[in-house]
Amino acid sequence: MAKKKFIVGSFTDEAVLFPAVKKVRRAGYKLHDVFTPFPIHGLDKEMGLRDTSLHTAGFIYGITGTTTAVSFITWALTIDWAINFGGKPYFALPAWIPVTFELTVLFAAVGMVLTFCWLCQLAPFVKKDHFNPRSTDDTFVMALECTGSTNESEAQQFLQSIGATDVKVETRETGWWLGSYANDRMRFEKN
Amino acid sequence: MAIRSTFTVPKRFQTISMALMAFGLLSIIGLWVTSGSSNDPKEQARFWASLLQNSVFFLLVVNASMFFICITTLAWGGWQMAFRRVPEAISAVVPVIGVICGAILLAIVFGDNHTIYHWTDAEHVMHDPILSHKKGFLNKPFFAIATVITILGWSLLGYKMRQLSRKLDNEPIATLEERKKYIFNNTVWAALFIVLFSLTVMSSIPWLWLMSIDAHWYSTMYSWYTFASTFVSGIALIALFVIFLKNNDYLEYVNNEHLHDLGKFMFAFSVFWTYLWFSQFMLIWYANIPEETIYFQPRAHGIYKGIFWLMFIINFIAPLLILMTRSAKRNYGTVALMAVLIIFGHWLDFYQMVFPAVSPGKVPNIIYDLGIALGFVGLIMFVTGRALTKAPLLARNHPFVKESLIHHT
Repeated sequence: MAKKKFIVGSFTDEAVLFPAVKKVRRAGYKLHDVFTPFPIHGLDKEMGLRDTSLHTAGFIYGITGTTTAVSFITWALTIDWAINFGGKPYFALPAWIPVTFELTVLFAAVGMVLTFCWLCQLAPFVKKDHFNPRSTDDTFVMALECTGSTNESEAQQFLQSIGATDVKVETRETGWWLGSYANDRMRFEKN
Repeated sequence: MAIRSTFTVPKRFQTISMALMAFGLLSIIGLWVTSGSSNDPKEQARFWASLLQNSVFFLLVVNASMFFICITTLAWGGWQMAFRRVPEAISAVVPVIGVICGAILLAIVFGDNHTIYHWTDAEHVMHDPILSHKKGFLNKPFFAIATVITILGWSLLGYKMRQLSRKLDNEPIATLEERKKYIFNNTVWAALFIVLFSLTVMSSIPWLWLMSIDAHWYSTMYSWYTFASTFVSGIALIALFVIFLKNNDYLEYVNNEHLHDLGKFMFAFSVFWTYLWFSQFMLIWYANIPEETIYFQPRAHGIYKGIFWLMFIINFIAPLLILMTRSAKRNYGTVALMAVLIIFGHWLDFYQMVFPAVSPGKVPNIIYDLGIALGFVGLIMFVTGRALTKAPLLARNHPFVKESLIHHT
C-alpha cells in the first residue's frame, strides 16, 4: 500500500466539528476521513459521503438464501427423495416457508457482516493504524490528505483556525496490513 | 403561499369530501334497491354485510390513529410531535363512525335476518352443539353490551387524550416538575387506552364482529391479524394526511425524516400482517382438519380466489418490494401511492373476511362496496378536516417538541 502524508487535527466538540467539515470542503482540501468514537448523525451527509451500498448487497444475499432454500428443498423432496407427508403434495410450499425465511435471514445477515468487515478492512490479525488513539475514546479526529498542490504549513494553520487542536503532519500507510502495531509504528517514526 | 400554523379547509377538499359522501349514500341506496329491499334473506344479508364490512373496517382504521398516539406516548417517543395533531384529528372520527358502526351492528344482531350472524337464531342454536357451547360468548346481550362499551370507551379515552394535548396550547408549562407531571399524566391515560385497546381490538372485538360470521370456525390469531391489518392501514391514512398537509404548505417542521419513519412503519407492519396471515393459514393448512380448512376452501381455492391472492400481492409483495429502499420511503409520491394501495388492500382483506360466509354462491358485485367505501373515505376526510381546524397544527408547548424538530433517522 502506498504511503501518504496526512494533516491531522483533533476536535472535542460536535458543534465545532460540523462547521469545520463544511469549511474544509469549501476550501478545497481533500478530506481523507473523520474518526469518531461513536456514530454521529448527519456527519456522513456533511462530509459528502455517498449512501452505503451495503443494503443492496444484503438484498442480493437474501435473494440468494431464498433461492437456495426453495431450490434445494424442492430438489430433495420432489425429485431426489419424494416422501408423502400426511397426504400433502410433494411440492408443499407453505411448509417450507419458515425454512426459506430462516435461510434468507441467515444468508443476508452473515453476508452483510462479512461484507461490512471487508469494506472496513476488519479481520482477525489485520492491523490498522490510528492517527490518534483518542479517537476511540473522546476525540473527533479529522485527517486531510496531502495532494501535490497542498501547502502543508498553510493547511495546518487552516485547521487550527477552524478550531482543531493538536494539528500535525503524519505519514501513514493507507489500507491494512498483517502484523503488530509496535513494529509498524517504528517504520513511520523514522520519517 | 406562506406557511400557516392553523389549518383552514380548502374549498376543493370540502367539495370532494361532500361529493364522496354523496356518492357513498347513492351506493347505499343503490344497494338497498337491488339487494336490501328484496324478500330473499340472502340478498338482504348482502346489503347488511356490505355496511358491516365497510363500517367496521373504517372504524378500526381511524381508531388505529389513537393507538399510534398512545403507543408513542407510552414509549416516550418524541419524533411524531411534529405531526401529532394529524392522528389526533383522525381519531376524532371514531365517535362518528362508531355511532354508525354500532347502529349497523345492533341492527344486524337484533334484526330478523340470521344469515350474517347465524348464532342469533335461537331455534338453530338449540340444535347446534357447537353453537350452544359458544352461547356464553355469542349471545345478543353480550354482543350489544360489548359493542356499546367498546365504542364508548374508544371515543371517551380518545377524547381525553386529545384534550390533554390541546390543553397545552393556551397554557405553556414552565417548570421541569410540571412537565414531568404532564408526561406522567399523559402516560397514565395512554396506558388506559392501550389496556382497553388490547382487550378489544387485539382480542375480543374482531372475534365478535367478524369471526362470528363463520360461527363454527375459530382462530385465536384472528384478532391479531385483524389488528395488524387495521394498524398498517391507519399508519397509511396518517401518512396520506401528512403528505396532503405538506403539499398545501402546512406542517413546516415535517420533513422526509418523519416521512421515512412513517414509511418504515408501513413497511414493517405490512410484513407483520403477512406473518400473522401466514401463521394462521399455515397451521390450518398443515393440520388439514375439515372444520378448520372450511374457512380457506372458498377463499384460497373457491370463487373468492382472485380477491384472496390479489389482496396478498397488494398487502405483502408490493410493500415489500416497493417500500424496501430508503429512497422510496423518503419520497412523498411513492409513500402516498403505497398508502392508497395498502388501505385498498386491507379493505379487500376485510372483504374476503366477510363475504365468503355471507354469499358463498357468487362473489357479490364489488362496485357497490367500493362506492360505500368511498362514502366512508369522504366522511373521514370531512370530519378530519374539521377536527384539524380546531387546534394549531403543532403542539408548540409539548415538552418533547424539540425532539421532533431535530429528528434525524
